Amino acid sequence: MLDSAQEVLQLQSRGEATAVEITTSAIDRIDATQESINAFTHVDRELALSTAEAVDKKRRNAEPLGPLAGVPVAVKDVLCTRDMPTTCSSNMLRNFRPPYDASVVEKLREADAIIIGKTNMDEFAMGASTETSAFGNTRNPWDLSRTPGGSSGGATACVAAGTVPLSLGTDTGGSIRQPAGFCGVTGLKPTYGRVSRYGLVAFASSLDQVGPIGWSVQDVALLLQSIAGYEPRDSTSLNHAVPDYQSALQSSDLRGMKIGVLREALDVDGVDEAVRQAVLSSIDVFRQAGAEIIEVSLPHSKYWVPTYYVIAPSEASSNLSRYDGAHYGHRATTLDPEKAESLGPLVATYCQSRAEGFGAEVKRRIMVGTYALSEGYADQYYNQALKARRLIKGDYDAAFSQVDLLLGPVSPTPAFPLGEKVDDPLQMYLCDLFTVGANLAGIPAISLPAGKDAQGLPLAIQLQAPALEETRLLFAGAAYQATTDFHKLRPDTFGS
Amino acid sequence: MTLSDGYPTETIIGLEVHVQLRTQTKLFCSCSTRFGAPPNTQVCPVCLGLPGALPVMNEHAIDLAIRAGLAIDCSIPPMTKWDRKQYFYPDLPKGYQISQFDLPICADGFLDITNEAEPETPRRIGIIRAHLEEDAGKSMHDEAAGRNDSRIDLNRCGTPLLEIVSHPDLRSAKEAKEYLSELKLRMTHLGVSDCEMQEGSLRVDANVNLHIDVDGKKIATPIAEIKNMNSFRAVEHAIEHEVDRQYDVWEETGKTIKDEAKTTRGWDDTKGKTFLQREKEESADYRYFPDPDLLPIRIPQDRVDEAKANLGELPAELCQRLQTQYGIKLYDANVIVNQGRELIEYFETAATKSGDGKRTSSWIQQDVMRTLNENQLGIEDFAVSAAQLGDLLERVSRGDLDNARARDVFSHLLKTDHSVEDAIKSLGIESVDSGDIEVLCRELLDANPQVIDDVKSGKQQAVGALIGQAKKKNANANPKQVRETLLQLIAQS
Ligand SMILES: [Zn+2]
Repeated sequence: MLDSAQEVLQLQSRGEATAVEITTSAIDRIDATQESINAFTHVDRELALSTAEAVDKKRRNAEPLGPLAGVPVAVKDVLCTRDMPTTCSSNMLRNFRPPYDASVVEKLREADAIIIGKTNMDEFAMGASTETSAFGNTRNPWDLSRTPGGSSGGATACVAAGTVPLSLGTDTGGSIRQPAGFCGVTGLKPTYGRVSRYGLVAFASSLDQVGPIGWSVQDVALLLQSIAGYEPRDSTSLNHAVPDYQSALQSSDLRGMKIGVLREALDVDGVDEAVRQAVLSSIDVFRQAGAEIIEVSLPHSKYWVPTYYVIAPSEASSNLSRYDGAHYGHRATTLDPEKAESLGPLVATYCQSRAEGFGAEVKRRIMVGTYALSEGYADQYYNQALKARRLIKGDYDAAFSQVDLLLGPVSPTPAFPLGEKVDDPLQMYLCDLFTVGANLAGIPAISLPAGKDAQGLPLAIQLQAPALEETRLLFAGAAYQATTDFHKLRPDTFGS
Repeated sequence: MTLSDGYPTETIIGLEVHVQLRTQTKLFCSCSTRFGAPPNTQVCPVCLGLPGALPVMNEHAIDLAIRAGLAIDCSIPPMTKWDRKQYFYPDLPKGYQISQFDLPICADGFLDITNEAEPETPRRIGIIRAHLEEDAGKSMHDEAAGRNDSRIDLNRCGTPLLEIVSHPDLRSAKEAKEYLSELKLRMTHLGVSDCEMQEGSLRVDANVNLHIDVDGKKIATPIAEIKNMNSFRAVEHAIEHEVDRQYDVWEETGKTIKDEAKTTRGWDDTKGKTFLQREKEESADYRYFPDPDLLPIRIPQDRVDEAKANLGELPAELCQRLQTQYGIKLYDANVIVNQGRELIEYFETAATKSGDGKRTSSWIQQDVMRTLNENQLGIEDFAVSAAQLGDLLERVSRGDLDNARARDVFSHLLKTDHSVEDAIKSLGIESVDSGDIEVLCRELLDANPQVIDDVKSGKQQAVGALIGQAKKKNANANPKQVRETLLQLIAQS
């Protein structure tokens, strides 16, 4: 099992393994786990091996190699790839092949990474369990009866199952951090605008962000280094230089750092006791590393979920309008004659194509968003949510004037059983209780493995930092991992 | 306006005009905006609305919109933004149009219009706003070919448009046309738009209704929005027709604005009629909201100031200056200004060189423009430069050449790259010595003694025949000089 990108790089530079050997082993591992985990929607052995051969050839010829040379990387199936399908785990795009690469995919190729395949997700990234996928749910490698979380469930499960050391996920309301927590891996949501969204199929444009997933902070930093940066094709991309993230990881001395603990996150009802304990014991770890711990409050945090569940569906309802069966994607072939008669063929085609192409959760969010943006309701819902969002940002600004980082849980509970919440959207939405704040405020946040509960399920803590302070997250995260071994735990069933 | 057989009626018209901005590339991607390319050849993931593609604003479109706004006396607010206007249609691949809702780039302007009969008394037409938006594609329903499918051309998708919305200040079809002419003049003059209705770079929707005065009580008829008009003449006709139609319907049904929501009517140019397109403007809910893919646009005052400084003269100011500076009439100044910047420059260069604005204006309007039209040329491709024309006309003014010989030279210049001097030489034109003229005139008078008698008995025009003969004998003889010499000789005889 090759579960560290750093190790994969070293094996190759020491001449102990070739990119082809590493890629072959990754694909063998995928083949062995796909049936039970279902982390991938698409794997292309030939393509991956030919890329790996090219990398080996470069190495033989002593040509310059990218920072991810020969490292197998999985890509969430919401990022466009010109040589693989991009389905968003939806029947709507089941056969869609984009004519272009997402910006981050281009960057992976430039870094000489081996793009091994596309990972399963909640349909159009809407969900917290990977159960809304049109390709069947992904299972948690730590307990196959449980969800890996979502929406980037495939992206975290494939790392946890030891198929690839790195993967790219996307995070709109916690979709990297929550499944990373459920799968016991490290996942980072960068600052909004730090990573280009060009080629990321939009769910909620003002919240979506691409981010890295790996076992360790070191690996996550390595992948972030390759994908971060300004890109003119994304107007919301931030034109700031990218720091050297690795150099931030040299020290684990947190003296002088102030870490705020979120009072609300520990007091709120419905937080699992093991989750609470994980956060409390992490406080000791940080304190021992030299950090000063301060209790802080984000007074509007109770509005996070309601605000998020107005803004995200509103934007989604608009972003998903393009899937109408007219230009690409699923188109209804035989129209219900009654509907064709009453609506006319055009509208009937729209209605039926969308009815067939989208799953229930996507439809629910389109309806909610359409309603929230409607004339007469927009002021009550969408515009009101924008106001709340400004207050939420204000809370963070105030908190970050006192502390350098915020510490809290990722999710209220560890991974829950498959099927438990799939018919109860409100319960499902509460999974995002602690994660959506960072998306609403556009700030970076990281999910770090923090042990196991009594049932052997991974626990996690979350750190949040001010905009563009990824370095601070990585620094503190690496310090945490320098003194804990939680990120080294592996699921029994899939241990090497 | 008063209908001869009815109540006094006032026509209320507001116009929504879309002008396509003259950018090389589309509003949010780098695809070309060239007109007439084969279907779907000027498209990319962005304008096709493919999943994951993102818009990037074209700064040049902002500059043109600011320029356009200043030309119609709009204010340019310091902040403007993009909104999504959402509806489903096959020519709209994203399911929304990127437009501007509550913070348009230009607000609150006006346009002064004049009619030919009273050029000195302009009317001020208010402009509510002008906002930027992307164009949609084109659906083609080819039923004639026996197909029941539709074809979609997305080349036009994403082309930058500026929608200019007037107040309902226009009072007649003629005024509407005057407004459009003035608007087009300014937009083309400033290089903001080509304003070619045939190519769709200028499109007009007219909101029309009537205020009927029934014994001192004002009754408003339901508003109709007229679409599909493809020329200024069509706009004029459609409004005229709609005015009559609304009056007739009102007489028949008595329906007022309170009884019927706004309807949409198309214009059928061949039938000369408007026809109902959409029954009730079902209060379409476009669910506008700020486009999260695009940042708000801040337009600092110095950018507006700079645009203002670079705006140059507006057509009306230019007309005024041409009249005073070159001594030409308002009508002629208008004709020249209407031809656009290049021709205005051409005129000014030629008129300055020739020292005779009137003569230059008349030559440009006749000889130059006729040749351009015949050969479908623009002035920038014209064989005779402004300096050459000025040189030529200067010689005419000096009396070196008569108009007829000047035309010969002009034709020669069209075909060669000679200078005026060389052209005159190669045509064998030389000024004739006054002694030679006198000899010639004497010969003619000797041969035609009748003319002497006629002139002496008061018929001066009798010399005309001899001038013609003189030209035949010596093509270079200046008719003016011949005439003077003849009259002198007759007086002496
Ligand atoms: Zn394009």
